[in-house]
Amino acid sequence: MSLKRNIGDTILAVDQISLSFGGVKALSNISFSVNEHEVFAIIGPNGAGKSSMLNCINGFYHPQEGTITFKGNTRRHVSPSEAAREGIARTFQNIALFKGMTTLDNIMTGRNTKMNKGIFWQALRFGPAEKEEIEHRAVVEKVIDFLEIEAIRKTAVGTLPYGLQKRVELGRALAAEPDLLLLDEPMAGMNIEEKQDMCRFILDVNDEFGTTIVLIEHDMGVVMDISDRVVVLDYGKKLADGTPDEVRNNQAVIDAYLGVAHDDEE
Amino acid sequence: MLFLLETVISGLMAGVMYSLVALGFVLIFKASGIFNFAQGVFALFAGLALYDFIAQDGWFYGLFGFVLPVWLGIIATMGVMVIVAWLVELLVLRHLVNQEPIILFMSTIGLAYFLEGLGDMLFGSDVKPLNIGLPSGAWDYLLDNYNLYVEKLEIVAAVVAAVLVIVLAIFFQKTRIGRALRAVADDHQAALSVGISLRMIWVIVWSVSGFVALVAGVMWGSKSGIQFSLSLIALKALPVLILGGFTSVPGAIIGGLIIGVGEKVAEVFGGPYVGGAIENWFAYVLALAFLLFRPQGLFGEKIIERV
Amino acid sequence: MFYREAGQFKTSYKADQAIFSITQDRFIVGLFLVVAFGVVPFLINDYWANAILIQFLVYAMAALGLNILTGYCGQVSLGTGGFMAVGAYASYKLVTSFPELNFILIILLSGGITAAVGMVFGLPSLRIKGFYLAVATLAAQFFLVWLFNKVGWFFNYSPTGMIVSPPREMFGYLITGAEAQPGARYLFCLSFVTIFALAAKNITRGRIGRSWMAIRDMDIAAELIGIRPLEAKLSAFAVSSFYIGIAGALYFNVWLGTAEPTEAFDINQSFFVLFIVIIGGLGSILGSFLGAAFMVLAPIGIKNLMVGVLGFDVSVAKHVELMMIGTLIILFLIVEPHGMARLWQILKEKLRRWPFPY
Repeated sequence: MSLKRNIGDTILAVDQISLSFGGVKALSNISFSVNEHEVFAIIGPNGAGKSSMLNCINGFYHPQEGTITFKGNTRRHVSPSEAAREGIARTFQNIALFKGMTTLDNIMTGRNTKMNKGIFWQALRFGPAEKEEIEHRAVVEKVIDFLEIEAIRKTAVGTLPYGLQKRVELGRALAAEPDLLLLDEPMAGMNIEEKQDMCRFILDVNDEFGTTIVLIEHDMGVVMDISDRVVVLDYGKKLADGTPDEVRNNQAVIDAYLGVAHDDEE
Repeated sequence: MLFLLETVISGLMAGVMYSLVALGFVLIFKASGIFNFAQGVFALFAGLALYDFIAQDGWFYGLFGFVLPVWLGIIATMGVMVIVAWLVELLVLRHLVNQEPIILFMSTIGLAYFLEGLGDMLFGSDVKPLNIGLPSGAWDYLLDNYNLYVEKLEIVAAVVAAVLVIVLAIFFQKTRIGRALRAVADDHQAALSVGISLRMIWVIVWSVSGFVALVAGVMWGSKSGIQFSLSLIALKALPVLILGGFTSVPGAIIGGLIIGVGEKVAEVFGGPYVGGAIENWFAYVLALAFLLFRPQGLFGEKIIERV
Repeated sequence: MFYREAGQFKTSYKADQAIFSITQDRFIVGLFLVVAFGVVPFLINDYWANAILIQFLVYAMAALGLNILTGYCGQVSLGTGGFMAVGAYASYKLVTSFPELNFILIILLSGGITAAVGMVFGLPSLRIKGFYLAVATLAAQFFLVWLFNKVGWFFNYSPTGMIVSPPREMFGYLITGAEAQPGARYLFCLSFVTIFALAAKNITRGRIGRSWMAIRDMDIAAELIGIRPLEAKLSAFAVSSFYIGIAGALYFNVWLGTAEPTEAFDINQSFFVLFIVIIGGLGSILGSFLGAAFMVLAPIGIKNLMVGVLGFDVSVAKHVELMMIGTLIILFLIVEPHGMARLWQILKEKLRRWPFPY
């Protein structure tokens, strides 16, 4: 891609991560690093450990070994809410919106960590609390504008079609103004137009706000087009990483996806 | 020491009762995901119905001038419970498919109110001694040789409960309907898609739990008469379910026994120090403390959360 | 025809976020408040105050509290009766220990004490979810009622175990005790309920309310966007218990005047308030009021119909009343599981489009 972005230093470094559930090894010894302002893709077959990797990064799973360094802070265990406060936002493979709330309220929850007026002001809703609410509303309206979802502002998200829900979810993540955005299969189950829209939003986010993006995607065309670098996982192990071209020509990756020549089953 | 043993045994017997009611809960919860608050009232209702079929002052006698023999009375009561189950499905559950669990739960509280009012109106609300010829009094052998006071009725209750659990286990594991029940428990839609009739399964499950309620009603009624307090043991069955897990049949049994023994022992040995009557809340606190260490219950599997 | 928002433009976020953003709504609510505060107190008599209006206000207050916890934060509680008892006994101890204390302050402090107790019993919610939590709250219900029965200090060692509210004045009018006039008692409750309903509305539509709803709708996702479950759940328990504690204090002091734990605060109270919340509408402030009105009026209506019009025997009528309430609850859940608040919304929507069918 010919974007005028300055790829910066490492913002996220994953070092020797191992994660297992009981006896099942979900991830073993994974290391990679993501640079600032980069679009970074994690690919691999089903069950390769991609979602587990994202879950480790934002603290939902706690890996048994290895460390994660984000913005210079090295840690192994962090609670999801702390990770969010540090500037990691994400979307989910299966939509995880707050179904009973409107689009506006859903995106407003993305601003929650940045609001701090206490319960007494909130109960009065006068002075500081009202001012705070209006300030953040303005930011949210910008996100709504950006994602072109003005018309569904006051619709309960449970009633929206799938593609729009995905967009609202992205909006909620963007409202937090994250430094690192994790996208778990943002285009799964979409038709070609919806995919194009989503690609455009992802690239615009990266371009306009300079947000670093780590994404999981199965559509190889999309991955090769929009990402700067790619890491390939298979059965919890890292096969390769590098630019899309490097990965495309890596023998181990070809074997994993297409099968090895002498293997009759695949 | 002997006193402790007697306390434990009487706790075990109370536990059998809790287990029986909890069993009815588990059956319905497994098959339909409904938390049936009316289970205790079911037991009350079944007991009242049975009483009226076999007692001289019941309205069956008033209507026809004779009473049914006990075995026929039990069959007739079973018929009543099947009709109740069928009506519940027809009038309530069918219209509440796909609702939130809390809504279904509230509807069963409504059901409990309704059946309570109906039972009182039809059968009267005074205490009725149920006598179907079960042995009563102390078990002489234990009293003579070991100086232990154990009621025969309690032994019978324990045996009946054990038999009931074995029969249910076989029914669930070995029969075609049992397999369908387990399929429905796993996934309603998937079960529907392979041609299992959800409605029929629900009627069967509610009937079976009506049958369990009948057994509970008979046992409790033989011991202390059929009365309103029977419907309140539903509340006691809740901590049992917490201990055992909502979906585990052996969990319901073992949980019931633990709660029964725990609260008897606590009441007898701890009660006097704090003013007594701790039976009212001990079970809940025990269950709560237990949950804090094992949120999935005694037999539940550890939940790995996914996103 | 008259209920139109056409021509009313919102030009600021402030206007867009107002509770009643349509002029007609503001007018109706204003009229309602004027009647409730300015007209009813002069017309009210003992029957209306005791049997209907004060009862309605007390239960509306309790329902607001439970709705915050269950409707907004998604934590089912069956301990409402127990928490009302905490409010009642706290106010009793305060009013007898500090006779000089302002009565409004006593009610507020009772709410505060209940909030603290509620937070303690809310702690398990961090590990336990759904029905398991509902059963855990039963521990609060039974334990608290037992406590107030057994420990003499709470009822000042009165030989009957009853607590009696001493007469207290507000602005020169008696509001508790046998001599208090119905108008004054009604106004006292009404003021509390009005102010706290507004506060509840404000809290639930701000940051804290959104974090509650996020926990309710999907707790994992809420945590992953930075909402701390501990903070959200415990604050819901605290605020909810505060409301329920105030309801308990009003229930004992202003409505009943005397109380005794086993009867007044038993498990049926918990169910009653839960019914109000579900029938009124989970997650709706208005629903708490509609539900309370329904649950207070329905039994009275049924009883009058049965005994007065149809001439049933009182004891039979009692059974039928129980059956009818059960039936009504089930019917309501079938017809509109989202409660009366949703019905009201649909009606408003229809009204906007009238006379066109769609």
